[in-house]
Amino acid sequence: MDLREQHALLDGLDHPESFADRLRSCGAYPLRAASVEILQMNITRRCNLCCRHCHVESSPARAEEMSREDMKASLRAAAHPSITTLDVTGGAPEMHPNLEWFLREAAMMGKRLLVRSNAAILLDAPYRHFADVYAETGVEVVASLPGLSRENTDRMRGPGVFDRIIAALVELNARGYGKPGSGHVLDLVHNPVGAFLPASQQTLEDEYRIKLRRDFGIEFNRLYCLTNCPVGRYLDYLRRSDNLIDYMNLLRQSFNSAAVGNVMCRTTVSVGSDGRLFDCDFNQILDLPLSHPAPGRIGDFDYDALARREIVVRSHCFSCTAGAGSSCQGAPADK
Amino acid sequence: MSQEYYDPADLQDFPKIGEVASVQGEKFFAYYAAATSAGRLSEREKALIALAVATVRHCPYCIDAYTNKCLSLDVDENEMMEAIHVGAAMVAGDTLAHATQMRKIVRKKGM
Repeated sequence: MDLREQHALLDGLDHPESFADRLRSCGAYPLRAASVEILQMNITRRCNLCCRHCHVESSPARAEEMSREDMKASLRAAAHPSITTLDVTGGAPEMHPNLEWFLREAAMMGKRLLVRSNAAILLDAPYRHFADVYAETGVEVVASLPGLSRENTDRMRGPGVFDRIIAALVELNARGYGKPGSGHVLDLVHNPVGAFLPASQQTLEDEYRIKLRRDFGIEFNRLYCLTNCPVGRYLDYLRRSDNLIDYMNLLRQSFNSAAVGNVMCRTTVSVGSDGRLFDCDFNQILDLPLSHPAPGRIGDFDYDALARREIVVRSHCFSCTAGAGSSCQGAPADK
Repeated sequence: MSQEYYDPADLQDFPKIGEVASVQGEKFFAYYAAATSAGRLSEREKALIALAVATVRHCPYCIDAYTNKCLSLDVDENEMMEAIHVGAAMVAGDTLAHATQMRKIVRKKGM
């Protein structure tokens, strides 16, 4: 979806109260970073899938990927002692030709190392070895499994994808992932398949655990519930299905001030595939640069400036504060 | 039913019914929360029961609320439809069970 069109849709919702207004009303404006603990790197927009909710609008046709220079700059930035976590995402990170090199370099830093995988790709011949690479480098795998319904998951991600994810999770379990005491962490991600909010993270985690164990013998560590953000392909879905206004109203009505303090942008910096820095993955896709005077590129990483920056907020930010909140690290209000 | 009676926006007003007769309102909402939240039955099971009752009672507000709740709980459409069939079967069974009254009277009055 064209960037200008996305901004026009989000800015044209004609609601008297902006997200900044709502923050102001609960004494949280301007929203400022508290630190930088997580460096989230979107290393490629290419993906083997073409999911209907993807805010990145990833697909096999996308070509954008992070340069080796920017990956090296990310490693240098991550050496700062306050940064505890390198969080690698995409697209499908496995499709970046330098992922294995990057993970082996990053693993030597002793930081927490996450890869967000669609899991299905781990069954494809060119990428099968990544399950072993992840185990060898101590990567925590964060695998996307939108729901427990084959029909719903396939409707969102493509025919046959549910069964491929399940098969990939079985393979990860076979390497110890998700098994108690193994040290190999396998977390799952739930996204609503449609224009509604997720239920509580604990309730859904219990449901996932019971059914995945019963039906497939699959174990995992934690489930993260993500609220779909009205950006990219999901925004297009909302518009085409005539759900946009209702969904935005739902996000506003579900605003939870308790989630504001722990929204991920307060402790995260997002690195785009072009090496530019953003407050989060969504601002990256909407091309909303960091507020001045924070540095614009990973090569100019300046911890102090980033750790006290003002976060750039727009109406899509309501998706991170609805209900228990939504964050790549779990529901903010549950922390 | 005309739009004046069943406007989806009315549902936003529901939590405010306790602004008057507040003692009863508070007791109702406390009871409602206790009855519909997880206990020996899961939140998911209770949401499916509520959806079946909502359809049997023809309440558009409750159908809206509990369809959305079921979706949030990752309940799929087949599961929701099965729950509604339970409600429909109960209504049919309830109706047909009353045929026994008819049969009793026919047997008594007939020759």
